[in-house]
Amino acid sequence: MIEIKKLNKAFGEKVILKDISVEIREGELFSVIGPSGMGKSTFIKCLIRLLNPESGQIIVDGQDIGSTKNEFTLAKVRRSFGYLFQEGALFDSLTVMENVAFGLKYLTDIPKSDYPRIVKEKLALVGLKDVEQLKPSELSVGMKKRVSLARSVAAEPKYMLYDEPTTGLDPVTTGMVKDLILDMREKLKITSIVVTHDLNLALEISSRVAMLNDGEFVEVSEPSKFRQSENKRVKEFMEISHLSRTANGKKDCE
Amino acid sequence: MGLAEALGSTALTLKSVVFWFFRSKFELRETAKQAVKIGVDSMTVVALTSFFTGMVLALQMGQSMKNLFNEPMYIGTMVAFSILKELGPVMTCVVVAGRAGAVVTAEIGTMKVTEQIDALYTLGTNPTRYLLVPRYIAFMVTLPLLTVFADFLGILGGLLVAMVKLGVSPSVYMNDIFTFLDVYDFMHGFIKTFFFAFMIATVSCYKGLHTEGGAEGVGKSTTEAVVASMVLVLVMDYFISALLVAVGI
Repeated sequence: MIEIKKLNKAFGEKVILKDISVEIREGELFSVIGPSGMGKSTFIKCLIRLLNPESGQIIVDGQDIGSTKNEFTLAKVRRSFGYLFQEGALFDSLTVMENVAFGLKYLTDIPKSDYPRIVKEKLALVGLKDVEQLKPSELSVGMKKRVSLARSVAAEPKYMLYDEPTTGLDPVTTGMVKDLILDMREKLKITSIVVTHDLNLALEISSRVAMLNDGEFVEVSEPSKFRQSENKRVKEFMEISHLSRTANGKKDCE
Repeated sequence: MGLAEALGSTALTLKSVVFWFFRSKFELRETAKQAVKIGVDSMTVVALTSFFTGMVLALQMGQSMKNLFNEPMYIGTMVAFSILKELGPVMTCVVVAGRAGAVVTAEIGTMKVTEQIDALYTLGTNPTRYLLVPRYIAFMVTLPLLTVFADFLGILGGLLVAMVKLGVSPSVYMNDIFTFLDVYDFMHGFIKTFFFAFMIATVSCYKGLHTEGGAEGVGKSTTEAVVASMVLVLVMDYFISALLVAVGI
């Protein structure tokens, strides 16, 4: 379980997160939505201390990493997390095989001889085959995202963080990534945190949805309750998302 | 970023490099890869630079000696002295700072702006351990070796001009070197390269790790790293030379 208590983050004078407190339960799929630039990515980066919060507690399985400076404690806690980066963040100089096997080398004691088998399995899980020897520059955006997902789950993390998993993807690949996120949760029993501005994705796949606005969670509820929310910000966001979906639909028809 | 902040941040980076150098498993593959990129790939440009520097030194000194004494005297001594003590190490380090330093900054900078550095943390390793330590080792090992290579080719270039253009026999040229120079003259230049290598690695890695602002930021960091490294090689050269002279090397 992850407990976040009074988390604060600022960049200089600009306050990004204000006293955020939330509890993420075992096995749930928790989505954080909100307009771009509101600090969603900052929130999940703070969770595993890729960014250092100003104050607050981040308790992962009983271990508070909110303010620890011990590199080994941080590394130990980060081991239980997988992270799907917005642009994939695959290592350019390594092949797909080396990218997916990277975490196995540093996060597990699995013998090297087993890497090819595991890499194949994980790539199959994300619907890819015969790409092991390709370099990231030879992959499409959607493939990069899937390889990145395979890399993130290769060491079988307990928690999975998704940073804008569908941004920049076409509708078909978006659907595929959505199914993959649900698959990861069902097949691997991973607790997931998804950060997205795609309201429909969040409402479709999540156990709970939180809306981040001006550094605060203005609503945290199950999708059905979220849709009925009386919060002004939530209503506005839902309207804008609906309008933009309608506009995109019209564009597609034209 | 202010100077004090930059110095503090550099000190923290160095502390982290020292920490991971002693605490982590040696990344042989990554270190070898970097040694090839930094050392082997710089050999051609270092060879050309040092060979022609040796040639032009012999030509200019030979001409000056002829004008003064009607005889191209002590060409070997003067070429070797200049190459071993100053031009070999300094030219090599300036060339490597421009070529390999730029590669290192651009590579780490690109990794920074595309979140690959963050990905390293999430995949169980530390960027200092995986990226910086191998590059520091590669710079510290290959730069002194490249300098020996440059010294040799510089002296060879001088010999070629001494023989062909000035009519000095190879035995006289070599005799001039071995009579008037000793191992300390070589050591003077050789020792300096360790300081230069450490400085180039620090500047290149630091600038890469602090890159911000996409492709434009990578270009900016790379330019700043190259300029800073080149200027620092020349500035440090004076102070280290003065120190070595003071201790009798």
